[in-house]
Amino acid sequence: MTARIGVVTFPGTLDDQDALRAARLAGAEPVSLWHRDKDLKQVDAVVLAGGFSYGDYLRAGAISRFSPVMETIIEQAKAGMPVLGICNGFQILTEAHLLPGAMLRNNHLHFICRDQKLRVENAETAWTSDYTEGQEIEVPLKNMDGRYVADERVLDELEAEGRVAFRYLDVNPNGSLRDIAGITNAAGNVVGLMPHPEHAVEPLVGTGKTDGLGFFTSILKKLVNA
Amino acid sequence: MARVVVDVMLKPEILDPQGQAVQRALPRLGFAGIADVRQGKRFELEVEGPVDDAALARIHEMAETFLANTVIEDFIVKVES
Repeated sequence: MTARIGVVTFPGTLDDQDALRAARLAGAEPVSLWHRDKDLKQVDAVVLAGGFSYGDYLRAGAISRFSPVMETIIEQAKAGMPVLGICNGFQILTEAHLLPGAMLRNNHLHFICRDQKLRVENAETAWTSDYTEGQEIEVPLKNMDGRYVADERVLDELEAEGRVAFRYLDVNPNGSLRDIAGITNAAGNVVGLMPHPEHAVEPLVGTGKTDGLGFFTSILKKLVNA
Repeated sequence: MARVVVDVMLKPEILDPQGQAVQRALPRLGFAGIADVRQGKRFELEVEGPVDDAALARIHEMAETFLANTVIEDFIVKVES
């Protein structure tokens, strides 16, 4: 039996179909999850996809964080279930305090959409083991609130523990502190990043590369070997 | 009904590009002498029933868990009327 990867749809989520497709292309069984259900349908891992959940009206991710599905996800993530938050999903994970810091409006105040180079800084998380440390990948980036901030103490701690999982290369697109594009929790099962690996899993679309597929093959390998 | 106001501001050390954009526009519009602008949020809560200590404690909890993200923001709770 293959691993089941759940993707949550909140009102305003946009990238759930691409995330489900990426899971399927990696060889997993994709499972749609609904924000009002507490039930995770026996999935082995969860992806919080990009978009503008609840319109981001209060702060990005702030309202979704209190949805019924998140109650279960927070509990399960703390127990070790792998969770990947992409873009709005990353914002939800910081609002839920599953990852430290916060996401703020881009420093230049513009919505940004570009192909973004990243360096994989930690290839030992549940979602990055199919990459190598120091590997450079290129995936699409599109966001309004992508500026990662945390206080100096937290930033130093993240660096010291190798928990900066991805850094922006060439261009820092949003003013993120220390060029941070993505981080992981201490256990390595919860990962959040602003750029969109799920949009770079087929040569036809996105960057024309499949650099993002590694997230989904990483988790599949972990779950199947578990 | 009593009104309780929750003012939410980014912490002083957090860069506020929205405030900066407003500040940069001011001289262009003929408003001189403003050294800095920071932009925040104001929530006006119309409270049912008395605004006693228990109600204020609940509003404080609401502000802390939901209206403000205390990683990046400070807040103040004020009773207006």
